[in-house]
Amino acid sequence: MAVAKRPIIHPVDKYLRTERLPHVWCPGCGIGITLHAFMRAVKELEDEGRIDSSKILFVSGIGCTGRAAGYVNFDGAHTPHGRAIPYAMGAKLARPDLIPVVFSGDGDLVGIGGNHFIHAARRNMDVLVILVNNMIYALTGGQVAPTTPKGTYTTTTPFGNPDRPINAVKIAAAAGANYIARWAVTHPELLKNSIKKALPMEGFRLIEVVSICPEIFGRHIGFRAPIELYRRLQKVVKIRGKISPFEATYDWEKEIILGEFQVRNEPGYTRVLMEAFKHG
Amino acid sequence: MSREADIGFLNSNHAAAEGALTAGVNFYAGYPITPASDLFEYLARKMPKQGGVIIQTEDEIAAINAIIGASWAGAKAMTATSGPGFSLMAESIGFAAMVEAPIVIIDDMRTGPSTGVATATGQGDVMQARWLSHGHYGIVALAPFSAQEAYDLTIKAFNIAERLRVPVVLLMDYVLVHTREKVRLKKPPEVEVWSRKKPRVPPEEYLPFKPDEDLVPPMATYGEGYRVFVESLVHDYRGYYVTRDDVYEELVKRLSDKITVNKHIVLDHVEYYTDDAEILFVAFGSTARSVLSIVRHARARGLKYGLFRPISIWPMDTDALLKAAENARKIIVVEMNYGQLFLEVDRVIKDKPVYLAPILTLDLPTPENILEVCRKWL
Repeated sequence: MAVAKRPIIHPVDKYLRTERLPHVWCPGCGIGITLHAFMRAVKELEDEGRIDSSKILFVSGIGCTGRAAGYVNFDGAHTPHGRAIPYAMGAKLARPDLIPVVFSGDGDLVGIGGNHFIHAARRNMDVLVILVNNMIYALTGGQVAPTTPKGTYTTTTPFGNPDRPINAVKIAAAAGANYIARWAVTHPELLKNSIKKALPMEGFRLIEVVSICPEIFGRHIGFRAPIELYRRLQKVVKIRGKISPFEATYDWEKEIILGEFQVRNEPGYTRVLMEAFKHG
Repeated sequence: MSREADIGFLNSNHAAAEGALTAGVNFYAGYPITPASDLFEYLARKMPKQGGVIIQTEDEIAAINAIIGASWAGAKAMTATSGPGFSLMAESIGFAAMVEAPIVIIDDMRTGPSTGVATATGQGDVMQARWLSHGHYGIVALAPFSAQEAYDLTIKAFNIAERLRVPVVLLMDYVLVHTREKVRLKKPPEVEVWSRKKPRVPPEEYLPFKPDEDLVPPMATYGEGYRVFVESLVHDYRGYYVTRDDVYEELVKRLSDKITVNKHIVLDHVEYYTDDAEILFVAFGSTARSVLSIVRHARARGLKYGLFRPISIWPMDTDALLKAAENARKIIVVEMNYGQLFLEVDRVIKDKPVYLAPILTLDLPTPENILEVCRKWL
């Protein structure tokens, strides 16, 4: 990429198109924490010789999180809304040495793209999905998301959200994903470790990251400063070891369970497909 | 398949599948739909044996996005569908055009709107092929009228897609795709097979959306160190989102102009008895076969009828159409819809009457069916 590079001044700068900074994300947003955790995991893996970052395919859909693909210095794409998973799948199956990562938001992945999410998990498609859940459609100004807590004020549910929120962890588990974890931006080190573990695996891997959107979610529901929303999140998340993904409660009023809920090593879709074709 | 390896007795779905294999297709994603499923089934048996990947996705939206991703990963990628599935692909046809991914989409037209009659023929997707997605972009659509042309034009569709980095639509119809005919399966060097331009500079100098003189940028492949970013937003030469008038205008114009300046590799049509034609028919696809029968019978009776059959529907060879219409008193557009190709012909021919003969039957119209509609102008 022929661009004027800024000097490398931060350990993960080489994974960023630094000339694109500053980014669009608001002060206090959790996407940066998540992206940083991802890049740190890549750096550690690459430093240990376990991964070649020129093989990473970093794909996003539409939304605040969807903008991430444009800032990182990997092969990548910013796809139409909800279509990051099938795009990454096509690229991976056409070129199996790629390491696809889908980094996108809750609306993109389990709202408009929900069907692709289910079926990629069902196939055990080789992709690491990092689902940044900010509980709202933020880039468009605060409309209700599939993850928005019941009863919450949003701009399209001014009398409270009548819908029950989706639990992406349970859906991925029901569909048969290889790896399932949920973390929060309150615990970036655990998140980084989880990404580092999941990235070299095969099959479908979901890491949901409960994030904060102080500007469009928090402020609308009465949290005046980002730190207030962050503390509210700190209070509701609870880390549990060795529990079933079906026990991983997602309830903004009671508890949001964090942890690693499923670690399997079933063969990924690429390998299964190539094996089947061999006998064709 | 006959004893001679290069002769087949195939319907146009299977002929198009063979054409795709000759063109080097190595990635296919699709979803079942009548009448395109047997094309998928045919390739499902053949592609894996030739090192290709073929999968059934959860819907057509996944299929189109998978082939765009595969295309950027270096594959010659395609899908096939019918009107309802094509409609579902709308947004990502524009995505393919915007990120200049070479892909081929076969649309086996059936009746519409909506579910229509799933097992009946139609030609109602002419405008859909051109304007399916929002915004302004260039696209190519080719329309065969025989199994042989389905074979030949599928190769051409891949060649155009690769050379111009555009989505190319092959418009077929129900009658055509389920009619078996003799097909000569021409192979290279008898047919040319083209591939996309690759970058000629190292990654640090590469600008993924900077065009050459032909307005087509060389295309890097994922996984080869170019760290290329494929951006669906308006983007500059680097592929970076920018909101500047000059960048937007240059990009949108180029997405269309690259087809115009390279139209010599796209434009295609066939003329029958047009030299002295007083009545000029315009028809494409299987409908053109019934019209051709009318023209031949008329000629046998000394009537000066002719037929202009566009093969490239988008863009159409309008210069050739004007020339073919020079001696004509009347132009009659026959198509199995309520006036789509007609709008383009009527736009081009300004100095004489252009009539629409809409054929809204569920089966291939006989020459008599068509004459019935046209008699008032003859």
